[in-house]
Amino acid sequence: MAPQETRLIFKHIDEEGYTNDIDCYVKNGGYEQLKKAVTMKPEDICAEVLTSGVRGRGGAGFPAGMKWKFLDRKSGKPIYLVCNADESEPGTFKDRQIIHQDPHQLIEGMMCAAFAIQAKLAFIYIRGEFFQGYKILERAIEEAREKNFLGDNILGSGYSCDIIVHRGAGAYICGEETGLIESLEGFRANPRIKPPYFPAALGAYQCPTIVNNVETLCDVKHIIEMGGEGFAKIGTPGNTGTRIWCVSGHVQKPGYYEFACSDVTLGQLIYDVCGGLKPGRKLKAVIPGGSSAKILRADERFTGKLKDGTEFDWGIEDIPMDFDSLMAVGSMSGSGGVIVMDDTTDMVEALANINYFYAHESCGQCTPCREGVPWMRKVTQRMVDGEAREEDADLLKSIADQIAGRTICAFGEAASWPVQSFIAKFKDEFVEKAKEQAARRKEGQEVAKETTLI
Amino acid sequence: MNIQSIVENITINIDGQDVEVPKGINIIEAVKMVGKGKEVPHYCYHPKLSVAGNCRMCMVEMGMPMRDRGTGEPILDENGVQKIGWMPKPTIGCATNASPGMHIRTNSEMVKESRNGVTEFLLINHPLDCPICDQAGECRLQEFSAEHGRGYSRFIEKKNVKPKRTTLGPRVTLDDERCILCSRCIRFSKEVAGDDVLGFVDRGTYSTLTCFPGKELSHNYSLNTVDICPVGALTSTDFRFKMRVWFLKRTHSICTESSVGANTEIWSREGKIYRITPRRNDAVNDTWMTDSGRVLYKAIESDDRLTQYTIEGVHKTVDEVAAAAVELLQAREVALVASAHSSVEEQFFYQSIAQRSGATVSLVSHYAEGDGLLLSEDRTPNLRGALVTGLIHQLPEREAKLEALARDINSGAVKTIFVVNEDLTKLGIHKEMLAKVKVIYVGTHANETSEVANVVIPSLMVYEKDGTFINQSFRVQRFKTAVPGPRGVLSDFHVLERIAAPLAQEKVAPLSIDDVWERMVSRIAQFDAAIRWSALPEEGVALDASAFLDLNFVESKNLKFDPVAFKETSAAPAETSATIATEA
Repeated sequence: MAPQETRLIFKHIDEEGYTNDIDCYVKNGGYEQLKKAVTMKPEDICAEVLTSGVRGRGGAGFPAGMKWKFLDRKSGKPIYLVCNADESEPGTFKDRQIIHQDPHQLIEGMMCAAFAIQAKLAFIYIRGEFFQGYKILERAIEEAREKNFLGDNILGSGYSCDIIVHRGAGAYICGEETGLIESLEGFRANPRIKPPYFPAALGAYQCPTIVNNVETLCDVKHIIEMGGEGFAKIGTPGNTGTRIWCVSGHVQKPGYYEFACSDVTLGQLIYDVCGGLKPGRKLKAVIPGGSSAKILRADERFTGKLKDGTEFDWGIEDIPMDFDSLMAVGSMSGSGGVIVMDDTTDMVEALANINYFYAHESCGQCTPCREGVPWMRKVTQRMVDGEAREEDADLLKSIADQIAGRTICAFGEAASWPVQSFIAKFKDEFVEKAKEQAARRKEGQEVAKETTLI
Repeated sequence: MNIQSIVENITINIDGQDVEVPKGINIIEAVKMVGKGKEVPHYCYHPKLSVAGNCRMCMVEMGMPMRDRGTGEPILDENGVQKIGWMPKPTIGCATNASPGMHIRTNSEMVKESRNGVTEFLLINHPLDCPICDQAGECRLQEFSAEHGRGYSRFIEKKNVKPKRTTLGPRVTLDDERCILCSRCIRFSKEVAGDDVLGFVDRGTYSTLTCFPGKELSHNYSLNTVDICPVGALTSTDFRFKMRVWFLKRTHSICTESSVGANTEIWSREGKIYRITPRRNDAVNDTWMTDSGRVLYKAIESDDRLTQYTIEGVHKTVDEVAAAAVELLQAREVALVASAHSSVEEQFFYQSIAQRSGATVSLVSHYAEGDGLLLSEDRTPNLRGALVTGLIHQLPEREAKLEALARDINSGAVKTIFVVNEDLTKLGIHKEMLAKVKVIYVGTHANETSEVANVVIPSLMVYEKDGTFINQSFRVQRFKTAVPGPRGVLSDFHVLERIAAPLAQEKVAPLSIDDVWERMVSRIAQFDAAIRWSALPEEGVALDASAFLDLNFVESKNLKFDPVAFKETSAAPAETSATIATEA
């Protein structure tokens, strides 16, 4: 039997007759949590969020309550809240649904969070391509302001805060929180060096700033509703709440599915929820958390110890979908973008595709990423074009090793993890590619297969 | 002066060696303090600019003493020594500030490997055109590639193509392919020059340095971007392709453009100057200087340079002109028009000459607008020297006019004028008036006054002689001979001794500059008795200025000088400057 979805954030997504205007939202119990929140003490809300154990949904999975705790409140500078709606990790498409279909949920979550951290002003940084989403948000904010859910003296509480929607201009790096802040301030989105520019102390306009993902901020609303402990009951300890898995690739029913953490295994997600692979195909590999997550090979055995000490021995289908389990198998849940590949996939081409993306999106600020990532792209592109060499696999690995951990922001890792994991798990295919091309060249055949990258 | 005594010192451990460094100093500077030529290689970090952290060359391993999270107790190893928690990833030295107990490894496997990686990355798209690159010989990329590179390339793909020979401004040419995008020039223009004209366009590996649309890099500090460019991307249009830097001799000098007295380095070969660059002095000019100050040396070769000792237009020997001058001066009724362009030593002699000939002394001001940075309102290098040597006691009139002298000429009170480097015809004294008097002219270049002068004594430019200047903050700074002067022309004070000594019925002494200093320290209260020219420290010596605080100097606040603050600190018991003088 297919596991049941736990729809918390996506409760009304795709619901018949549910519209994204404020009346529909209020009719369905909307803004009740904000009304409740403004009667609470801000520090109590922060405590509830910490108790809930909710982890950031943007990729790193850092506990949101902890992040809020790092806020520098002594500086006397205004505090800002920024919603990161620059959803650009390939394979991820959850925030878009929230913004398009349930924008008021985000606004309510944001205002609860803003009240909790006593933010002076809140921003939504939305990626430039989400033009429709931008218009929807602007309208929703106008509606909420009319009803005094944001703006001056919210619901008579004496607390005032507004939301400004800022459109990006189409750069992946704007999803990195300090890059986002630079862009918000009107500069090139060059991520800042940490230390000293930790957003919680020196963020937007050098003021303490909290940057949270859309889904994380929506969770805040639900934490207020059910209390920190109530929220923590969903999922397993350390992996609380629900996750929206965006499944794409070679499955029958790609789409977004919301499950409580650990409620579903990767196998169930692929075969039961998404209807399995296309007829006659076999599972080859899965990238479980957006394109920067390390790839998992279908015929691998994953053994080791979880954080709590329990040993595991899983096949790919047994992996529970939550933060810690995916971490334990050497990948990450990231932004929840599950990319499924069946046995028709050419791994070299898949990696060439990923490298193309990251080389295009590197901001160019620091050396290893600026020079290394495009180099990897050039290598994989050459391999696909028919000039593969057997030593290229090792070269790629070596380049990636020189990037990861040496850069200003996490982009270095995001770009090198795919290469490191593809080579670690499918090196034979990379070598085979070179041999195959050499053989064809010998026979005077066309060397490269006809493929087009993007 | 002495940073350590002001800032709290802490102990950190660099490569197993405990070192005392000021708290909060970054690791690059801390390692530099260890000495022994130890250096953390870096490109984007510059001590006088904000930290960008983008080149990733200065990676070091960092660890802190471990403490128990709960109790805060130190965690000890089996030997009872506190364990060090090393960070799993290397960290950049420029943005890591020293804190007590910090451990740093600058040469571990991880550090070496990450430097190798960065070096390889920087070179893959670099044109490797060192043989035709002006930066060769003083290129950080070249040096570090030799030191940290792998020696061969694994890159077989096509290199990126970027613009070559871009004109960024009137004095700077850019080769984008060589640029390693360290952003030093951008930060300099924005933070120091205050003219935010440079920026990167395009993204990732195609990032390109350029001027903002409609702008150009034309501010008066643009050549500093060339100095701080760690590679051959920004080059001086003037110096480009002129000379290999390793052929050039470097001489420490002082910029004569204004009373700031920027410390400079003269780069010369076989008696010819090729360029002037700033020399670091944190109390004067940091590491910067103006563009306009860098071209002053070109006057050396100008056609109107005075190269001959003459009397009434006839070439004579130096002894003959000195004797002629002495004769004129002994007749009394002399006026001396002195110069704040003269060195302290020369002014000392002029003071003696004025005293011995009973001359009235005037000094002409050269004031103009300052830029608030390194170009002050007073466009002479040594007005303070004229005060300290007692040549003048009041500041010159703001307006550059010699009305009193004109009256004296007309009334016949002055019969001889001894002019140093000024053109009197521009100062209200016409040629007809000059015809009424005898004129002794000392100067580097010909002008309308020298044309009518009875005695002409050619003088050396600052690049051709030894000496000192006293700048706006009463700092004595030394300059040395970089190139020889015109053939047969003696250093000014040798000629002046030939005039000053006979005026007092003394024998002309063969003087070295240290001999001049011996005389000066006995006569000038501000000079420390023990000090000699050859022993002056490179950064100069701050003098006690308390005797001159009532004077209304024209300089307004600039990069390193605040007249109000200077007055306050100088008025306080002159302890600081005195100690510095002895220390030196």
